[in-house]
Amino acid sequence: MNHHPTIKPSADTRTLAQSHFRTLRMGTPFQPRIDALALTNDWYNWAGYRAPHSLWDEELEYFAIRSQAALFDISPMTKYRIEGPDAEAYLDRVTLRDVTKLKPGRVHYTAWCDDEGFVLDDGTLFRLSPTRFRLCSQERHLPWLLDSAIGYQVSVEEETEAVAGLALQGPTSFAILREAGFAGVERLKIFDVAEFAHDDAAVTISRTGFTGDLGYELFVPADKALSLWDRLMAAGELRGIRAIGYTALNRARLEAGLIVANADFIAAEHAIRADRLRMPDEIGLGFMIDPDKGHFNGRRAILEARTKKKLRHVLVGLEIEGNIPAEHAIVYYKKSREVGLVSAAMWSPMAKRNIALASLQRPCGDTIVDDLWVEIYAMRELQYQKLMKKAKVVPRPFIKLDRRTANPPADF
Amino acid sequence: MTSSDLNWDAIVIGGGHNGLVAAATLAKSGRKVLLLEAGNEVGGAARTEEFAPGFRVSTVAHLLNRLHPDVVKTLELERHGLTVERGDFVPSVALSRDGPLALHGAYGEVLTGASPSEQSAWKDLRAQLLRYAGVLKPFLSRRPPDLGGMSLAEMTGLGQTALALKRLGKEDVRDFLRVLLMNVYDMLDEQLSDDRLKGLLAFDATLGSHLGPRSPTSLLGLYYRLAGEIGGLAGAQIQPKGGMGAVVAAIRAAADRAGVSIRPASPVAKVIVEKGRAVGVVTQGGETLRAKSVVSAINPATTILDLVGPREVDTGFVRKVKNIRMKGDAAKLHLALDRPPQFSGVDAAGHKGRLVVAPSPDHVERAFNPSKYGEFSPEPVMEVTLPSLADPSLAPSGACVLSAVVQYAPYALREGWAAGKARFLKAIMAQLETYAPGIGAAVRHAELLTPADIEARYRMPGGHWHHGELQADQMLMSRPVSGWSGYDTPLEGLFLAGAGSHPGGGISGAPGLNAARRIIAMRG
Repeated sequence: MNHHPTIKPSADTRTLAQSHFRTLRMGTPFQPRIDALALTNDWYNWAGYRAPHSLWDEELEYFAIRSQAALFDISPMTKYRIEGPDAEAYLDRVTLRDVTKLKPGRVHYTAWCDDEGFVLDDGTLFRLSPTRFRLCSQERHLPWLLDSAIGYQVSVEEETEAVAGLALQGPTSFAILREAGFAGVERLKIFDVAEFAHDDAAVTISRTGFTGDLGYELFVPADKALSLWDRLMAAGELRGIRAIGYTALNRARLEAGLIVANADFIAAEHAIRADRLRMPDEIGLGFMIDPDKGHFNGRRAILEARTKKKLRHVLVGLEIEGNIPAEHAIVYYKKSREVGLVSAAMWSPMAKRNIALASLQRPCGDTIVDDLWVEIYAMRELQYQKLMKKAKVVPRPFIKLDRRTANPPADF
Repeated sequence: MTSSDLNWDAIVIGGGHNGLVAAATLAKSGRKVLLLEAGNEVGGAARTEEFAPGFRVSTVAHLLNRLHPDVVKTLELERHGLTVERGDFVPSVALSRDGPLALHGAYGEVLTGASPSEQSAWKDLRAQLLRYAGVLKPFLSRRPPDLGGMSLAEMTGLGQTALALKRLGKEDVRDFLRVLLMNVYDMLDEQLSDDRLKGLLAFDATLGSHLGPRSPTSLLGLYYRLAGEIGGLAGAQIQPKGGMGAVVAAIRAAADRAGVSIRPASPVAKVIVEKGRAVGVVTQGGETLRAKSVVSAINPATTILDLVGPREVDTGFVRKVKNIRMKGDAAKLHLALDRPPQFSGVDAAGHKGRLVVAPSPDHVERAFNPSKYGEFSPEPVMEVTLPSLADPSLAPSGACVLSAVVQYAPYALREGWAAGKARFLKAIMAQLETYAPGIGAAVRHAELLTPADIEARYRMPGGHWHHGELQADQMLMSRPVSGWSGYDTPLEGLFLAGAGSHPGGGISGAPGLNAARRIIAMRG
C-alpha cells in the first residue's frame, strides 16, 4: 500500500494563495465557452493551460480560417506589460528590431537573443502608448526581462493571467467586428492597434494574427472575457464564426510561412545540446538585425558570426513533389548526404502544393538549393512506405492573400 | 594645445599601481598614453599617507611580497629607485602566550622557536608548498586559458604548465591534485603539530578573503601568497623604505620616463561607446577625450555598471558583473604611538618584521565565524608591522607607527560601522594589549579603516582590496567574470587592467602588465 502524506486543508490565506497545484492544467478565462464546444475533447498543454488541439473537426476548423472566421483562444500566450519613461530604450536593447521606429498604435514581430546571439524567443511587441508596451511570446522570460531592466526606468510585469486574448481570423473577421459594434475598426491597417470600448472596460484590437489571413487579435481584462466571446459569437453567427483548436491554426501559420519557437527552432534556454542553439540569421530572422540602431543583446556575437562566417544553419521553405506531408523527414543533398530536417510540413489546400519548413546545414539552403531530397516514411498499415522525394527551396510565405492587407478590409 | 586636442592611443582610467604599470608598459611600446586619476595623487591603495601629525604609513597595502619580476624588469624599476636586497627581507613572527615562533628569510627558510621535529616537518612542508605554488606561478604573468579558442602562444603556455606538472613526478602530481582545493586547516593538520605555526599559515591562507581556515579551498590563498616573490625569492617579504608610496613613486617615474601624461584630480564620468566600441571617456569635469583604447584599471563592476552603463552591454554580462563577490572582510589599523611597543618575547629583528596574532588555526576559524553573520570578530586576528622602526622618517623622533591588517571585519556589518567601529577598535586594542602590554597607554592617535572607509576613500567597492574575492570561483578564467577573463571586454577597445582581473590583488602589477601586453598583442 502506498502511503502518501496527507495534506491537511488549511484556511489561512497563505495556503489558499498556494492552491494552484490542485489544478495541474489551468483553464483560461474562456474555458466555460470552449468546454461547451469541445466535442472531440482533444486537449494539449499550452504553457500550463488546457488548450484544444481541435474542438469538433480539424479539417473544417482549418477551412473556417480560410473561408469564414475562426475564433482561437490565445490567453495562454505569455504577456508582459512594460511601462516607463525608458520603456522604448529598454526594449530597443532587449529585442532585435529598432523599437524607436515603432510608433504608438503599432505592432511589430520581433525576437530577442542572449549574449551569444542565440534566439531566446520570438514574439510580438505592441506599442500601446509612447511609454507603454505589451510583449507577447511563447515562453516565459521574466527573470531575463527584469535583469535586462537594470539601468532603466521601466517596470516589467507579467500579465498573462490578468489579460485574456482572442484571435479572430478569416475573411469575415472584419465584418464580424463591425457587426459587433466596434466603431472605427475599419481604420485599422495591418499591424495597427487601438483601444475600443467593451463592457465598461477597454479591449485592445490589433490587425495582427498568425494565419496570413485577414484577422485581428483582441486583448481584454480576464473578467470581461466571456462577455467579449459572447459578443463576437452573436455578431458572427451569420458570418460563419467558429471556435477552433491549434491543429487548424498550425496549418494556417505554416502556409503563411511563420515559425514557432520550440517547434521550428529550439529556444536558447531550452536547448540542452550546444549545437541546437540558433542565431536569428539561422532561422530566417536575419532581417530583424539592425547594426545601425543602439546596442542590443547579442549584437557583438551576431555581427561577429556574420563577419567570421560562423552561421552554420539556415531555415528555408521547401516545396516537395507529391502530396505526402514530409513532417520531420530528413533532408538529403544528392540523395545521400544528410543536410537537415523538416520541422513542419503539410499538403497546402490553398497553395495546392506539398510544403514544408526545414532547417538545413549551410551551404545547403543557402548557396546550394538544387538536388535536395526528403526521405518520407509514410506508415501504411504497419509498414513504412519509404519515399525519396525531390524538394526545392521556395520563398516564404507559401500563400499570399491580398485580403490580409487590403484597405479598407473586405466586408463579407 | 590642451590634451583634448591630442589623439591618444590609450587612456588609462585609474592611477593605482596597476594603472601605472599598464600605462607605462603601453607608453614604452610607443603609444601615446594618458592616465586619468580621480584622486589628487596616484598610487591608489599603495600610498604612504600622513594619518596623524608627523606620522606616515602605507595606508592599505603595507608589505611588499609579490611585485612581479616581469614588472620590475619591463619598467626597469631598479633604475627608478626600487631596490630590494636580501637584507631587506623581514621575518614573520607568530605571537602566542606560549612565546613567539619566527619564520626567517623567504617564508621560513629558517624556523626558530619550534621543536626540532616541528622544524623538520616545516622544512618538508615549506618545500612542498613552494613546489606546488611553483606550478601555478607561470599563470600569474599570462592571460588565463581561453576556453573559447587559444592562440598557439597560449597553448604553448599551457604546455609549459603540463611540463611543470610532469617535472613534479607522479607522486607529487597526485598529491598536488589532491590538496589543490583542500582547506588549509586539514592540510596543516596532516603535517604539522605546533599550533603557533599552523595559526600563522592559516592566517596567511585566509588573509584578505571571506574564508576561514576550515572553508573548502582555503589552501589556494596560501598558494597565491607563495606564488609571489620579491628579490627573486618566493615567499619573501619586505617593508619598503618610505612605505608603499615609494614603490609607486618608482613605477610612476618609469611611467613619466616612458612619456605617460598623468592627470590627477580627473575622475572619469563615462566611457564613450559608439557602435559597440569604446572610443574615449568623458571626465566629471565634462571634458571629452578620445582614444583608440580605453584601459580601465579601476574596479570591474564600477567600470561596466557605472562608466559604461548596463545599456551598452548584454544582459548576461551585466548579470555576471553584478554577481562578482566583493565584500571586504579586512580592516586596517594605524596607530600613532608615543614610543615603540614591546611585544613579549620578540627580539629587535622580530619587531622590524611582521607580527601575526593568530595563535592557532582554531582561533582564526573562531574569528571568522561571526563574520558569516555580519558581526566582527570579538578576538580578531591580525598582522602588525612597525614601519618606523626600519624607516624613522615615518614618525617623529622617538615615536612609532603601527600598521595592522585586521580580520574579520565584514563590509556589511549588521549593526552598521558607524556604531560598530568604536567597539571593534576596542576589541583590537584588547588583543594588542595581550601581546604588547602597555601599548594602549602609548596611543596618541588611532585610525581604523573599516571596509566601508576603504570603499569610500580608495574607491574600492565593498572595501575589498582585491577588487573581488580571490577564491576558486573568481580566479583564472573566471576573473573578473567567466568568458571575459583575458583583459578584453564585450566592448571593442575597452580593457580591464586592475586587481579585479587575473591574477588578482596585492602589489604585483601583474594585471596591469598582462593587460598592456594583451593590448599590444592585439595591436590595440
